[in-house]
Amino acid sequence: MSAAPNSVNKLIQGGYEHGFVTAIESDTVPPGLNENVIRLISAKKNEPEWMRERRLKAYHHWLEMEDPAWAQIKHPPIDYQSISYYSAPRKKGDGPKSLDEVDPELLETYNKLGIPLEEQKALAGVAVDAVFDSVSVATTFKKELADAGVIFCSISEAIRDYPELVQQYLGSVVPYADNYFACLNSAVFSDGTFVYVPKGVRCPMELSTYFRINEAKTGQFERTLIIADEGSYVSYLEGCTAPMRDENQLHAAIVELVAMDDATIKYSTVQNWYPGDEQGRGGIYNFVTKRGDCRGDRSHISWTQVETGSAITWKYPSCILRGDDAVGEFYSVAVTKGRQQADTGTKMIHIGKNTRSTIVSKGISAGEGQNTYRGLVRMTPRAEHARNHTQCDSLLLGDRCGAHTFPYMVVRNPTARVEHEATTSKISEDQLFYCQQRGLAEEDAVSMIVNGFCKEVFNELPMEFAVEAQKLLNITLEGAVG
Amino acid sequence: MLSIKNLRANVDDKPILNGLNLEIKPGEVHAIMGPNGSGKSTLAHILAGRDGYDVTDGEVVYQGKDLLALNTEQRAHQGLFLAMQYPVELPGVNTMTFLRESLNAIRRARGEAELDAVNFIKLVREKARLVHMDDRLLKRNVNAGFSGGEKKRNEILQMALLEPRLAILDETDSGLDIDALRIVADGINALRSPERAIVLVTHYQRLLDYIEPDQVHVLANGRIVRSGDKELAQLLEQKGYRWIEQEAAA
Repeated sequence: MSAAPNSVNKLIQGGYEHGFVTAIESDTVPPGLNENVIRLISAKKNEPEWMRERRLKAYHHWLEMEDPAWAQIKHPPIDYQSISYYSAPRKKGDGPKSLDEVDPELLETYNKLGIPLEEQKALAGVAVDAVFDSVSVATTFKKELADAGVIFCSISEAIRDYPELVQQYLGSVVPYADNYFACLNSAVFSDGTFVYVPKGVRCPMELSTYFRINEAKTGQFERTLIIADEGSYVSYLEGCTAPMRDENQLHAAIVELVAMDDATIKYSTVQNWYPGDEQGRGGIYNFVTKRGDCRGDRSHISWTQVETGSAITWKYPSCILRGDDAVGEFYSVAVTKGRQQADTGTKMIHIGKNTRSTIVSKGISAGEGQNTYRGLVRMTPRAEHARNHTQCDSLLLGDRCGAHTFPYMVVRNPTARVEHEATTSKISEDQLFYCQQRGLAEEDAVSMIVNGFCKEVFNELPMEFAVEAQKLLNITLEGAVG
Repeated sequence: MLSIKNLRANVDDKPILNGLNLEIKPGEVHAIMGPNGSGKSTLAHILAGRDGYDVTDGEVVYQGKDLLALNTEQRAHQGLFLAMQYPVELPGVNTMTFLRESLNAIRRARGEAELDAVNFIKLVREKARLVHMDDRLLKRNVNAGFSGGEKKRNEILQMALLEPRLAILDETDSGLDIDALRIVADGINALRSPERAIVLVTHYQRLLDYIEPDQVHVLANGRIVRSGDKELAQLLEQKGYRWIEQEAAA
């Protein structure tokens, strides 16, 4: 028998803390998607022609594509004509944004979310790019970073100010025709974050982007591009929340990472989009393409994700291990409760010699949540002595949820080694009784065991984030297990 | 301290306890012995509040309260401790974290201040010495990869740390070699006190060579069929349980 049934019901009803709406005047384009909308987005962002042409090319390709059907998820068809593709808080003038010019209403929103943008209040050592609906509203610690030679700005600014870098790298990891949602993003993306760390520079602080969807009936299509030049290091964090609404909102992002020789990128996500209510009404559809290119020898890309939100999560942060001795890592905790569905995992494409990858996936399902791990490990013929270790653990809370695992392995080199371990477990009655006999309430016992289950992944998160993630997990599972 | 009257209980509609009576006073050590399937572990579980047992009759009064009306953790907060026969592993849960959460949960429930990290570590180290528990074990996950003896020592460490009023030790001697048995017994003896009652649930007499009980009870077919002093245990060791069962049935 699994965990005591009485508390299973409770766990499923954990509340969503970030469901408020900010009352702010917005400049929102009417719903619908056509060439004119794409020209309008491009115009609103004062983009150069080459960018507009790229968008249109992607759009025309997208029209020919079909919604993918292979994931272990169910949802009604998405009506792409009912979505607004651009919404920005109204602001006076167009000049460069300084924090003093940011609408106090917006600053307050981020304060409420625990992300103060005023630098004196901000977490020491963490620079933030705040993306609100379709635009970046503020980027902190820009000057300090510039002194170190690090470029940290919105992607819109980067397109205007660093066109050579953007033209060289944008779409070089995730080409516009990569998949349906990536193609849509390539046509309509509105904002996101750009990071360039020059040769030999260790980025002096954690960089982060906080994504907030506010406006109803809009989608968020952001684009992140991080380039770590030779011998550099950067750690980047991303957080996401949205108000509680009855409708489903689409979030289709692209994240591209490029690591040159001896460079390291550590990318951490705590995703807490609104998951919808218990009946499965509302919530974010999170269709995201994240990919890192270990382009240089001895380069290193590490993805860590804690996915607790969204009605649907569809994402596979991947590594292309092109350089020799490159290292790719994927650490994931995905929680589904209520009617949430997650189909997530990674791809590790080994091309270089002696490349190594590690995959640690922890799936937690409660309520009627469905949790799928989908992973691909590909050892190409050139990947001499490449190694992969995959560990894939599922924890079921209650008896109406599900865990599924689809590990694909393609090994074309006889010297390559691939290992896969998988477990599925429940919190046993024995474990709960043991904890309760020692004075712990059932919920505290469950959260202690669940946190223990996730520890390997939490250990990979930067300190402040690990604490946040643990709290978030506890809130998410509040009243949900027994 | 503990008064059990006419306790009857079923598991899956099958009667396991059939009118059990027992009186325990503070400071006393009671041994409950009996053959396999006589209901020893059932009694221990019911007292600790484990699910899956259906009490059909009788009452249990603990420190003047209706014990059966309390949930498992409330009983723990009131000073009832059960050393498990098979302590479970908690993968990923660090032993120190577990001990601290446990101690502080009990302290909170009693309206006492939580112990800070420094004082907590000091306290655990002191108690760990009592059961000769290696510091390295404390850094591992709860019972993960512990030997049988280490698991049992960990139980006695928790007993020492939580300082219960009533400690029930369910087959704590099973699976221990002589050296481990001696260490565990020394730990238990050190925890004897005039305010604390200890119930030793055991199959064999050998634990009682190290811990001298005030009373020995023989449980058979869900009832206590005979009580006596430690000589009763020795008699059982010589003659086995069968003659008592037969006598009781006659």
